[in-house]
Amino acid sequence: MVDEGRMIRFKVNGKEKTFDGDPDMPLLWYLRDVAGLTGTKFGCGMALCGACTVHRNGAAIRSCTTPMRAVSGAEITTIEGIAPLHPVQKAWLEIRVPQCGYCQTGQIMQAIALLKENKNPSDQEIDTAMSGNLCRCGTYQRIRAAIHQAAKHPAAKETA
Amino acid sequence: MKLIENVSRRGFLEGTLATGVFVLGARFIPVPLWAAEGEAAPAPLQPSLWMAIALDGTVTIVAHRTEMGNGIRTSLPIVLADELGADWKRVKVEQALGDPKYGDQGTDTSHSVRDFFDVMRQTGAAGRWMLIRAAAAQWGVAPAQCDTSEPHFVLHRPSGRKLGFGELAESAAKQPVPGREELKLNPPSAWRYIGKENHALYDMPDMVNGKARYGIDQAVAGMVYAAVERPAVLGASVKAHDDKDAVKVPGVQQTVVLETFKPPHGHQPMGGVAVIADNTWAAFQGRKKLKVEWDNGTHVGYNSEEFRKVLTETSRKPGNVIRNIGDVDAAFRNGATVVEAEYYTPHLAHASLEPPAAVVDVRGGKAYCWAPTQDPQQLQKTIADLLGIKPEDVICHVTLLGGGFGRKSFQDFVAEAAVLSQKLQKPVKIVWSREDDIRFCYYHPSAAMYLKAAVGPSGTPSAWLQRSVFQGSASLTDAEVLYPGQDEIDNGWTDVPFDIPNHRAESGPARANVRIGWLRSVTNIFHAFAVQSFADELAHAAKKDPVQYQLALLGPDRKIDFTGTKYQNYDASLDQFPYYTARLRRVIEIAAEKSGWGKRSSDLGKGRGLGIAAHRSFLTYVATVVEVEVDSRGQVHIPNVWTAVDAGRVVSPDNVRYQFEGAAVFATSLALFGEITATNGAIDQSNFHNYQIARMNRAPRHVAVHIVESAAPPAGVGEPGVPPFAPALCNAVFAATGKRVRELPLSKTKLV
Repeated sequence: MVDEGRMIRFKVNGKEKTFDGDPDMPLLWYLRDVAGLTGTKFGCGMALCGACTVHRNGAAIRSCTTPMRAVSGAEITTIEGIAPLHPVQKAWLEIRVPQCGYCQTGQIMQAIALLKENKNPSDQEIDTAMSGNLCRCGTYQRIRAAIHQAAKHPAAKETA
Repeated sequence: MKLIENVSRRGFLEGTLATGVFVLGARFIPVPLWAAEGEAAPAPLQPSLWMAIALDGTVTIVAHRTEMGNGIRTSLPIVLADELGADWKRVKVEQALGDPKYGDQGTDTSHSVRDFFDVMRQTGAAGRWMLIRAAAAQWGVAPAQCDTSEPHFVLHRPSGRKLGFGELAESAAKQPVPGREELKLNPPSAWRYIGKENHALYDMPDMVNGKARYGIDQAVAGMVYAAVERPAVLGASVKAHDDKDAVKVPGVQQTVVLETFKPPHGHQPMGGVAVIADNTWAAFQGRKKLKVEWDNGTHVGYNSEEFRKVLTETSRKPGNVIRNIGDVDAAFRNGATVVEAEYYTPHLAHASLEPPAAVVDVRGGKAYCWAPTQDPQQLQKTIADLLGIKPEDVICHVTLLGGGFGRKSFQDFVAEAAVLSQKLQKPVKIVWSREDDIRFCYYHPSAAMYLKAAVGPSGTPSAWLQRSVFQGSASLTDAEVLYPGQDEIDNGWTDVPFDIPNHRAESGPARANVRIGWLRSVTNIFHAFAVQSFADELAHAAKKDPVQYQLALLGPDRKIDFTGTKYQNYDASLDQFPYYTARLRRVIEIAAEKSGWGKRSSDLGKGRGLGIAAHRSFLTYVATVVEVEVDSRGQVHIPNVWTAVDAGRVVSPDNVRYQFEGAAVFATSLALFGEITATNGAIDQSNFHNYQIARMNRAPRHVAVHIVESAAPPAGVGEPGVPPFAPALCNAVFAATGKRVRELPLSKTKLV
């Protein structure tokens, strides 16, 4: 039996979703274990690494510390919901950013959010926006270059 | 015995290879045996390094080694594709299962390209030869008039006719396999991909769109999720546990006690209590509600800070002599100026961003595993032993790895899922939290090193003594072992290349109280730190330029003579891979030149400095210059790094560059922050707040990698960038501040 009062309604990548489980469950585990959207990664569970970054109403959030109760009525966008070959992803391929690739979906979601706010970020601004996203392979230099490259692309400023 | 076999008609191919109508398999023959072929036949192995061409022209190439950011699913297949004449865009890479037929599958020691470059070329060249024969027969022309100058086609030059690989697949399969004498490899001038910039990582598109599937992303129908509460102290076991509250957590199904391993621990699970649930979150929540009482074993007495004193004391006493030239003691008695220094580096954890995770389904006497493992055959052995089945009944699917760095050479986490699946008769997914990853690692050893030199009027040493003391990874299989393995002491210690008339290297004993493992570049990290820091100390003591001093220490160009010394040389022959000091000299000169050493160092101004270090590891020669800026709060910033690399023949220059860019960041983490400590046997750190890794704002701002062109056989690139970085950084800090750093991490030394 569904308790309508507890039901959380939200959208993931444009699709209507409902959830009546533990409202404290982080969005990350809903996405990965319930919705099967594994492009969003688990790295630390404490909002320290950014591997789980998704968008809530267009802004970057850490899904590992965002409880389901906090997505009620929200539009969630994951890496799977980004328009195919977004200019940021294109720049990532051109600059050949990924090594193991594990953190890169979170990096890309963070970078897309940055470019929405700041159409032409400086190195310093990129550092500030991206330093919450860890990369153990050490691709930072290429991430910075790829964000500059994406910023040159006109569509980067419009899409999310 | 034939190296390459035509196996197109055999019915035992797996996966997409089964769609190939023309399939070649090469036997894996370890590199050192090549020379002996024909004299002593190597053990027969099933052909395994497959290449298949389907009717539609799709070429499938097996990757039998693990992709973890090392680029190996690209580097080896592209070598075969190049020799075949294939178009890389029409190549599919198929990941191999774990199977001894591949020979060694342990992706470690930076040896994948070194060991498999030749066999991939030969297999590709054999395929090309057969495609050309097939086309020439169809046209009734001489094969010598045909080539693959247009990718994925055989072209008849005089007439301009051409046939695609797919069209030729069936007839090529009927051609005889060329013998070694007929096999013509393309000259390097004809290479389309090897050494070129025109290819990216095979898996890169899926890595940016979220489709790449790592170990943690695996799922099978009906699986349950497990989280394990493990003993904080190595070897402790469950005395009593209370799961009343745990099973009340919504989604939690039950708990299962896991036995603690019988020593030695090897790759076995640590033991503890598993919480089985409907999803990862429920399993994590249930685990928090467990109450467990532990029987702590002997390791509860381990305190790493106290143990540091033991290591340091040991390093002051004579140890086992591992290399001896001249008479160090006599030289020290001769009264030249004596310089001494002690260095210390702590335990480290790998902290790959994907924590350990795997899915195992035990059914019908077999164990089906989906695992991010660096060593699938070790996985088979470990799980077979634990479950009481045969290794061939452990089916190991190797997933992409979200970083490995040596941690995923150990199979304990997959073994937990296997044991649970056997007990529960259900597929089990295990996911480690970050806290588990940091607290239950196979740690990089802590190390104390003592160095002493007698310096004459020229400034270069007349005598040099070096002692290293650290826990060896042989403790994996023998809890009583006190001395490190030969390879561990060799790496960067036996092979110090300096031209010193009296030189002795020693190794001291140390007991392991935590699980000791291998971390990217392994013992080279602290050996290079001590040797290259001490070289810099001597340069400054002698008032010499550090670069000129390094070159003086190296002495005249020569092959290092290891006569009378045990030295494993990364399991490569010293004939094929000698230690040439000229190659190290060359990278030092290049790194110095690229950095503007001399001019730049005098222009930098207050709080800034350059440091250099050079080191050969994994048969690759590397010199690194680091520029630092130490701010008024004593915080270290790294605006520039210049690295020169001689790795022999390079398959993918861009991959080499980014292995070294990444190594600079990895080494920044360990140099600035990396420290694992233990109190009463339990690890003190737990997540990225207290085990920091470099973020973008602390990582080197710009890393320039210069690759030395070389026709020498390919050597390692994944690890060799790490060792010279920390000493170069600390030498730069000395240049900037006058403060000598003798222990890592750097945060331990007050700079202002």
